Amino acid sequence: MTDLNMIEAIRMALSRALEEDPDVVLFGEDIGIDGGVFRATDGLIQRYGSARVRDTPLSETVIAGMAVGAATQGLKPVAEIQFMGFLYSAIDQLANHAARLRNRTRGRLSCPMVLRAPFGGGIGAPEHHSESMEAMLAHIPGLRVVVPSTPARAYGLLLAAIQDPDPVVFLEPKRLYRATSEPVVDDGAALPIGDAARLREGGDLTLVSWGAMLKETHAAAEALAGEGIEAEVIDLSSLKPIDRRTIRASVEKTGRCLIVHEAPLTAGLGAEIAADLAEHCLTSLLAPVRRVTGYDTVMPYLRLEDRYMPSVGRILRAAHDMMEFA
Amino acid sequence: MAEPLVFLNAAGACVRDLPDFARDGQTLKALYAAMVRTRRFDAKAVALQRTGRLGTYASSIGQEAISVGVASAMRAEDVFLPSFREHGGQLWRGVTLEELFLYWGGDERGNDFGGPRQDFPVCIPVASQYPHAAGVALAMQQKGSGGVAVAIGGDGSTSKGDFYEALNIVGIWQLPAVFVINNNAWAISVPRSQQSQAQKLSDKAIGTGLPGEQIDGNDVIAVRAATERALERARAGEGGTLIECLSYRLGDHTTADDASRYRDEEEVSPHWKEEPLIRLRAHLVEAHGWGKKDEEALLRACAEEVDAAAETYLATEPEPARAMFDHLYADLPPDIAAQAEEARDD
Ligand SMILES: Cc1ncc(C[n+]2csc(CCOP(=O)(O)OP(=O)(O)O)c2C)c(N)n1
Ligand SMILES: [Mg+2]
Repeated sequence: MTDLNMIEAIRMALSRALEEDPDVVLFGEDIGIDGGVFRATDGLIQRYGSARVRDTPLSETVIAGMAVGAATQGLKPVAEIQFMGFLYSAIDQLANHAARLRNRTRGRLSCPMVLRAPFGGGIGAPEHHSESMEAMLAHIPGLRVVVPSTPARAYGLLLAAIQDPDPVVFLEPKRLYRATSEPVVDDGAALPIGDAARLREGGDLTLVSWGAMLKETHAAAEALAGEGIEAEVIDLSSLKPIDRRTIRASVEKTGRCLIVHEAPLTAGLGAEIAADLAEHCLTSLLAPVRRVTGYDTVMPYLRLEDRYMPSVGRILRAAHDMMEFA
Repeated sequence: MAEPLVFLNAAGACVRDLPDFARDGQTLKALYAAMVRTRRFDAKAVALQRTGRLGTYASSIGQEAISVGVASAMRAEDVFLPSFREHGGQLWRGVTLEELFLYWGGDERGNDFGGPRQDFPVCIPVASQYPHAAGVALAMQQKGSGGVAVAIGGDGSTSKGDFYEALNIVGIWQLPAVFVINNNAWAISVPRSQQSQAQKLSDKAIGTGLPGEQIDGNDVIAVRAATERALERARAGEGGTLIECLSYRLGDHTTADDASRYRDEEEVSPHWKEEPLIRLRAHLVEAHGWGKKDEEALLRACAEEVDAAAETYLATEPEPARAMFDHLYADLPPDIAAQAEEARDD
């Protein structure tokens, strides 16, 4: 068992899938000899050949649309969109086709495909390379949207996405690609999609987050612990479907919920979680549900990027407000 | 198959009668100076990036003739819609070195051009500038402004539907637009051969009924001549043109790329003999008395100007956090203004 960072864990999962299932094919821009701009597919074309690891021409519409077509005919496409900012033209294929083909044909045709895309800010990338638009995807009926937060979870969740009988968008928090390493076993074991993960236990406050923002969330939980406030940290992991039960159970225990996401506030997924708690946990709540999120602004260029990203300080301020409320 | 249009070959020899503008020494020297200035900017930008003082940067080294040649054919009232590798054209159009440094340094103010107020900022989402160019051209046609929209994109950009879809409507509505392909033979790691089976990318015009021409993009005279013709056609109400400029990406895709992963040095090195500066310099020496002193003076002037601009950029304080909100809407909705307060406090 070796320590792997997230990009290595993703590569190991892709390799495992290629190894075990001859129907798995990878395609995308620069994923062949270049190994992907983040090296997620490094070495795979050498190992599995150019029929199974394919560079496409520069067209996201083709990448997503071909995945739909190929998936209906028994292939298992695991396609890459180089950055989430270039995924918009693929949304046509996702929303109008991938996510509804099963329903339209009453089960005759289906789309077991995975679309991988790095997302999120914090690495000083050029414009259009740092957005977090996961809520747009999670809004599409028929789609699954998954975000890992650790190397091991990335490995297990990506295998699950590939095995899933329906289309899955697998969003990779690129700020975490090389941030930390941990032991990852190459056992081929998939993690269940749709389950949130409780990463830290606590009785005073529930912090819900996903992807790279868990870094700040953990740091805030640590700081709160120093003050004697025990925060429970939940990694949502699956943005669609949402594991409402795990969140409700936690909030029934703590009475407080703070949601942290990098994406803009308005119509973000934090709103969905807050609404669910208002509907189901009102009597357990000791304080209003709070959100600490990106602002409703265009993602700024790198000089102001840090000022956009939700900070540990903002999380702590909201947490303190909630603790003082009751 | 017709050979790509070329006036100055790689050795700097005239292989066909020069167009009028290219008989004028001053004009050629201005084109040369603009390319040298662009190259100097490129070198400085890469150096700043390598030392952590600029963001990811896309060098245009070896492709200066395309950008400069195209822009030099345009009028001030035309509108330029560049991809991210057309610094030379932006500079020719009056975007300042400071503005370019600011943009690539991650500061939106770099897009608030003091010069060409109607030009578009660089376009990062590949090919999405072509439909804009069609729209700009529509406005020009409708308002009878006499202007032309000129978009540039890479070889990779021709694989996106946006490229064809925009060219198609330019054809149908006879819009005053010129699309220029900067074919530098690579789209990150994907070679031109894997982008299209078309023999020439300019052939992609055929399906839209528009004329397409392939030219030597390392010959600034050919680029300017072909662009001038296309602009004249557009101004005469005869519609759009597609121009494919053949060049070669001598550097990495961007400072975030390592081209040695996917292409051999042996492939690259012959192209250094074909790059656009050498041939024009040779011609200037031969036909217009360009001497060592002129060359040195130009290099020195460019270096000083670029260094001074870099210093200005580095001394420019980042905007306050509130700037994220200032230009989001003409009138910031109160709902969102509250967030601006929070950003200020953070
Ligand atoms: C729609 C879109 N997809 C992917 C990218 C990532 N990307 C940036 S540049 C590039 C290659 C562009 O190649 P080309 O059009 O030939 O232009 P060049 O970089 O060679 O100037 C890619 C894939 C992008 N910017 N936009
Ligand atoms: Mg190219």
